Amino acid sequence: MNIVVCVKQVPAKDAPLAIPEGAAWIRETDIGFELNEPDGYALEEALRLKEKHGGEVVALSLGPERSKQAIKEALAKGAERGVHVSDDKFYELDPLGSAKCLAAAIQREKFDLVLTGLQSDDHGFGQTGVLLAELLGLPHATIIMQIDAADGRLKLKRELEAGWFQWVELPLPAVLSIQSGINKPRYATLKGIMAAKKKEIATLTRADLGVTVAPTQRIERIYVPKKTKKTEILTGTAKEAAAKLVEKLKHEARVI
Amino acid sequence: MKILVVTEQRDGQWNRASFETLAAAQQAARDTGASITAAVIGKGVGALAKELAALKVAEVLSIEHDLLEKYTPDGYTLALKQVIAEAKPDFVFFPHTYQVRDFAPKLATALGRGMIADCVGLRHENGRLIFVRQMFQGKTAADVTFQGDAPWFASFQAGAFRGDQVETGGSPPSAGTVAVDLKPQQIRTKPLEIFREAKQAVDLTQAPIIVAIGRGIKEPTNIPLAEKLATAIGGELAASRPICDEGWLPMDRQIGSSGQTVAPKLYMAIGISGAIQHVVGMKGSRTIVAINKDANAPIFEVADYGIVGDLFEIVPALTEELEKSKVV
Repeated sequence: MNIVVCVKQVPAKDAPLAIPEGAAWIRETDIGFELNEPDGYALEEALRLKEKHGGEVVALSLGPERSKQAIKEALAKGAERGVHVSDDKFYELDPLGSAKCLAAAIQREKFDLVLTGLQSDDHGFGQTGVLLAELLGLPHATIIMQIDAADGRLKLKRELEAGWFQWVELPLPAVLSIQSGINKPRYATLKGIMAAKKKEIATLTRADLGVTVAPTQRIERIYVPKKTKKTEILTGTAKEAAAKLVEKLKHEARVI
Repeated sequence: MKILVVTEQRDGQWNRASFETLAAAQQAARDTGASITAAVIGKGVGALAKELAALKVAEVLSIEHDLLEKYTPDGYTLALKQVIAEAKPDFVFFPHTYQVRDFAPKLATALGRGMIADCVGLRHENGRLIFVRQMFQGKTAADVTFQGDAPWFASFQAGAFRGDQVETGGSPPSAGTVAVDLKPQQIRTKPLEIFREAKQAVDLTQAPIIVAIGRGIKEPTNIPLAEKLATAIGGELAASRPICDEGWLPMDRQIGSSGQTVAPKLYMAIGISGAIQHVVGMKGSRTIVAINKDANAPIFEVADYGIVGDLFEIVPALTEELEKSKVV
């Protein structure tokens, strides 16, 4: 089974975010980046399917030069090849624009399955997998917690809301968005990291792919949201703050 | 201008987020003078359409077909494409449910349009609607506008609007059933049984006090710290999704959009950053306490009391303080 897994590089979870006045994206200098956590689950699922059914895993990423690090991590964990769609202005793309670029890159591959994470921890559009399916003319399913593949079909466990699940079946080729928690992602081994150095990463541009995009939406600006609730911050040493909190909960909020 | 609101039901039961989206549409309609068409999809949904007809909307549509009895992304997309071609709305609003995430972006793409998903607010400024959504796991908000031609698609996060504030009355809306053309071979997904994992062992919705932990707890070996606090304060232990994904606590202790929604009298969020998926499950709590090392964590947006600092110092101090106050 040949699998394309889409991976994104996003600001590290604890990165302090600085927003230039009126900007639609953060200042990228002086912060760390990491593989988007939900994509880590999609990557792991791709590797497990390959190990079970044979074939190859191609890691695909759209973004600036730094995005190659996300591809390298996938290669170190066991993906065979990488494809980098190089785009320094990726943050100006809307969900449809990004998906068109990724779909054009996927169309150059021979694949049976495309996997994405559920959403990115930066833009958080949460649409990429579904858009890819429509652009590629393929069936899809999202929020997947289990994949059983047999005879050119997939049996999938989808998560619904409030603790409910559903089994669905669909034919290959297909696109799946993987729910976080479906597996335990592996760590890259030293051997894997060394082997990754010899693996190929192809670089493509939007022009190479022949994709033109017309924005359907525009982020006017991003900002730190205004507080709607007044939070009383309790200060002091741990002991002092704890004592103040117990006092507040007993005599002000009266909840204990 | 016309806003089409696509509601959600399963087996004749509403997804209540539908009414929040209707409230969002009524706000947009007040600002822009738009009319609202409320649609319900499925098979045998006449009773639900009648409920919609009691609301302040201009039109109610029942979209009925045997192949819409069970949800499939292909069935819903094909049906709504036909409804949109007929009704010609400018905006199409959805509740941001798991089901909507599964098909609405596909529907928009099939029409060559885009969708602003997971909106938490809506403003009318200089003659246009501005959709507010969150980015960076709630650390920033973004003002987003539509570009290009209508129809424009948007979905609204659960809890962003008040479903109980949907306006009723007005002149009775026109009601109609839309016949859609669907063939079995057009539907590629085969929906099978819907089920629950093993019975939920803990019903957190009944707990008056909840002590919830997040990523900040770092290692499963640190969980006893939170357990001791929960015991001292007489609360149930719960967690945000990543903790359950790791298997550190069972899934039935998860609070948030994919877990339980709770509103206890006291909710203590410990080492939880406050991503929207978690916050929607607990923001109705009467009193919220947040303990986090990051003063900018979004959890402080909803907290009544906050302590910024190292939870590994604060939680034991708090446990000790509670035990001490009991003795007295």
